[in-house]
Amino acid sequence: MLYDIFIDPFVQMYQMPDFFLQVLWEGFVAGILYALIALGFVLIFKASGVFNFAQGIMVVFAGLTLVGLYENGVPAFVALALTIVVMGILAYGIERVVMRPLVNQPDIILLMATIGLTYFLIGFGEFIFGGEPKRMIAEELWLPTGSTAIEMGERGLIILQHIDIAAAVIAIIMVTALGIFFNKTRIGRALRAVADDHQAALSVGISLNQIWAIVWFAAGLVALATGIMWGARSDVSFALEIVAFKALPVLILGGFTSIPGAIIGGLIIGFGEKIGELYWGGLVGGGIESWLAYIIALIFLLFRPQGLFGEKIIERV
Amino acid sequence: MFYREAGQFKTSYKADQALFPILQDKVGMAVILAVAFVLIPLTANDFFLTSIMIPFLVFSLAAIGLNVLTGYCGQLSLGTGAFMGVGAYAAYKLTTIFPDVNVVFLVLASGIFSALVGAIFGLPSLRIKGLYLAVTTLAAQFFLEWCFIRIPWLYNYNASGAIEVPTREMFGVIVSGAEATPIARYFVVLSVVVFIAFLVANVLRGRIGRSWMMIRDMDIAAELMGIRPLQTKLMAFAVSSYICGVAGAMMVFFWLNAAEPSSYSINLSFQILFMVILGGLGSLGGAFMGAAFIWILPVFLKFIPGTIGLEVGAETVQHLTFMIVGALIIFFLIVEPHGFARLWQIAKQKLRVWPFPY
Amino acid sequence: MKHFKNFALGSAVALGVALGGVVPQAAQAEDANYVPLLTYRTGPYAGSGIHIANGMADYLAMLNERDGGIGGVKLTIEECETGYDAQKGVECYEATKGKNALVYNPYSTGITLQLIPKASVDKIPVLSMGYGLSAAAVGGTFPWVFNVPDTYWDGASVVIKYIGEQEGGLENLKGKKIGYIFLDAGYGREPIPLLEQLASKYGFELLQYPVPGKEMQNQSSQWLNVRRDRPDYMVMWGWGAMNPTAIKEAVKIRYPMDKFIGVWWSAGEDDAAAGGAQAKGYKALNFSGVGMDFQALQDIKKYVVDAGKSPTDPESMGGTLYNRGVLNSVIIAEGIRAAQEKTGKKVLTGEDMRMGLESLNLDEARLAELGLGGFAHPMKVTCEDHAGSHPVFIQEWDGEKFVKVTDWIEPMKDVVRPLLEEAAKDYAEKNAPWPARTEACPN
Repeated sequence: MLYDIFIDPFVQMYQMPDFFLQVLWEGFVAGILYALIALGFVLIFKASGVFNFAQGIMVVFAGLTLVGLYENGVPAFVALALTIVVMGILAYGIERVVMRPLVNQPDIILLMATIGLTYFLIGFGEFIFGGEPKRMIAEELWLPTGSTAIEMGERGLIILQHIDIAAAVIAIIMVTALGIFFNKTRIGRALRAVADDHQAALSVGISLNQIWAIVWFAAGLVALATGIMWGARSDVSFALEIVAFKALPVLILGGFTSIPGAIIGGLIIGFGEKIGELYWGGLVGGGIESWLAYIIALIFLLFRPQGLFGEKIIERV
Repeated sequence: MFYREAGQFKTSYKADQALFPILQDKVGMAVILAVAFVLIPLTANDFFLTSIMIPFLVFSLAAIGLNVLTGYCGQLSLGTGAFMGVGAYAAYKLTTIFPDVNVVFLVLASGIFSALVGAIFGLPSLRIKGLYLAVTTLAAQFFLEWCFIRIPWLYNYNASGAIEVPTREMFGVIVSGAEATPIARYFVVLSVVVFIAFLVANVLRGRIGRSWMMIRDMDIAAELMGIRPLQTKLMAFAVSSYICGVAGAMMVFFWLNAAEPSSYSINLSFQILFMVILGGLGSLGGAFMGAAFIWILPVFLKFIPGTIGLEVGAETVQHLTFMIVGALIIFFLIVEPHGFARLWQIAKQKLRVWPFPY
Repeated sequence: MKHFKNFALGSAVALGVALGGVVPQAAQAEDANYVPLLTYRTGPYAGSGIHIANGMADYLAMLNERDGGIGGVKLTIEECETGYDAQKGVECYEATKGKNALVYNPYSTGITLQLIPKASVDKIPVLSMGYGLSAAAVGGTFPWVFNVPDTYWDGASVVIKYIGEQEGGLENLKGKKIGYIFLDAGYGREPIPLLEQLASKYGFELLQYPVPGKEMQNQSSQWLNVRRDRPDYMVMWGWGAMNPTAIKEAVKIRYPMDKFIGVWWSAGEDDAAAGGAQAKGYKALNFSGVGMDFQALQDIKKYVVDAGKSPTDPESMGGTLYNRGVLNSVIIAEGIRAAQEKTGKKVLTGEDMRMGLESLNLDEARLAELGLGGFAHPMKVTCEDHAGSHPVFIQEWDGEKFVKVTDWIEPMKDVVRPLLEEAAKDYAEKNAPWPARTEACPN
């Protein structure tokens, strides 16, 4: 028993290095994708303190809009542009109808509002696009398909999917772009001011409503990118909404307010999950992926209750 | 005018702190109980009992359970569904191991197991707070769900992986299993719910309930005043999980007859949380109102178009239901974040001063 | 809190009385047979559910349009949306059973399990065509449940038999590794006892790869495990969004597709198409015809779909799952017809329908008469055997459509039947007191 837990997995890693590298690669890709979803959460939480549960359904909604438009004869890139417009309208609508009247409510009320939004978008999305899973138009968007196998001499081979590489590249570009946007532009600085203190930001003439609409729009763009990537890996369907739950441990691990935290948390969870499932999962019957991420995050939390990169919580009576 | 407490004097602290200090409340309560125990069984048909009243009562109980934790002790939890599942599986195991013991007793006992599990998953609450805690309770949700699937002992090695409720009698009447009449099941569920609701109402106005509320309002201040946060929070987790466990056990024993692990999924947790929030955090009456709204509205929407002769596809109805429920949740949160319980208080105030505005 | 329950119960009662008063109108129109269809066009399994729902509803609607119903009596068809959710399924059942429902098709193993004990109490048969509880095939224990034409155990035995043929005989399975990837719910676990039995009998190793329902679209771990274990064959029991994802992942790890065999519920065109050109060679079991070359399907097109009386997309007609839905309705319709003959009544009850289903005999001549010659293997239900263990065939994805590649393959009845009996006995014991069969055999 002890041998199975402490020694055998490492022996396996050593004996099948090609497989171990493949697992690491899968963990990396999964981590990047989790980080992308987590990024959507962080953006909104940073600027408005709303824990946006609807990010998962926004991913589905963005993907469905894109594919739905394409299926109705709109060229792929026009559809992409139109989807961005739709996400903009959605962001404005959410800000106007849901967020603005709920300013200053406790966290839990805002959380519930986003779950209500999730229900609404599920019904709305299915009403318009139907419930069938749809094929993501990856090729039409000039995303690479197919795979490359890297031979490792006699030790086997590693298969890299081009779409996964593209996902990693796009995620890195998005994070960098968001980083520059937050740190270097006027709106980005205003965003950070809002994140620090709503009232102080208001008093120096920053429009909260405008900032929130922008943040929701940015989260919508992240959702679109996530939708394309996840959709290309499986299919665009409502079952995809559940991937949002995958992002939550990433969030608590990285901290709700940190963009680098989302990336690093995503990678830790991605690697941890795959390695845990493949080398230790078999001992307890497999399928531990569904909760392992939460347990990893929980253990981290016990030592750092605000996450790895979160702001230190100071409590006063 | 209609709801006037003037003239009802209390001469002792005991009278002042009674559960129903005002005459109108006593009468109202009696009327409700009379309706629930006499009028509904006499008039309702099977569909009303099995698809509306029984689920409504079960969900109300679960909502009371979550309300103890979230509304009174301030600890947000998203693991309610799993705690209900623990109760259900525990009750199933108990009744297969002790087939001759009264099933209602076993259902009540099964809550103890979910209380234990709840207390274990409540341990991190000492260090982790707020939304972080909510996410960690998801760990309980997913881990327990996994257990329901992967530990075949829990479902007696059934090939299907589901638990099926055997037929059980109580006082010569079949109360569980497919042959139980809706009336019999309704009475059992109603009695348990009323019993636990009164019990909880009493706990809440006592020392334990007050210490929960102190922790909720400001934990550091409560600690300074001599409330032990660990015990108090764990107690809230245990009591809350106990109630949820009983609700979960009743859900499978007196309503569904069989349950798969997916019956106790995260969606159930959300559903219960909605009931609590919409009903009003920290209000027992609110739990009932929230349950009524969240459970009955979709049923209502589902079957109304057919009866008024509208030809709408089954799936369109489903889509519209989702949209309407989602929109109404947002609407109510905006209009009245304190839930239906607050609306009821406003209504009482209006009744008190009517016909004058103030 | 002081006034607890007041408002809640008040409004609940008000709403409920309004609702209770109008919902279940016990007496349906006198001269129609009422068939409720529990379908799902929403939720994560909608991708598979929509085609089935269309097929079922369209065939019955066609009978109404073309023949004026069955035996001169119209059918009242009502869909109730379950979303593959057991709670909603039970709610649909409770809401519709009072309208003199003839038969229920739950289309979810979870809902089937909940309805099985209710069926004998409410006297309404459950028809779970090729799914549900395998043990329900034992008519002596489950007189009210029908799973014609096959149980999952029949299907699993056909897969093993086919693999044996590929390897040049079942004895060559010794030492081989067969992977089983399945939806981790009642549905996917159902075949495991039989597969384990066969594994010990023929000496192959069974490797299990469960896919949790909520991880359906995230199967990379399972397939990494497959890559490590290198099973000689893969068998899949998938549904909904799980199928296309699994096929994509199989392509991704370059698993040889011709050694990948799905059950009849993993046989959708959309599922295989998701894998692109490399999915060519993927195989699946099937027991209903593929394509539009059947008179009855042409009639559906003419009377229902082209007439705009159905939401069906004409292009999806003739697909595996659509045709499966049609076959389901053929069985319902033939059950009704048989019941009308047996009882001499035109408007039936659930009890009559049970007799009709139990004396179902869909032979070659009858299929041809229905305009469905060669659509399915002739099937017959007996009082002892409610599944019949009918032969199934294997179809292969050629990159554009499924092509039948084998003849009809008989399940291993000698292995399956004793296991079924044992499982039925076990079920009755676990659910004691399980009612003994009192219904007379109509044959």
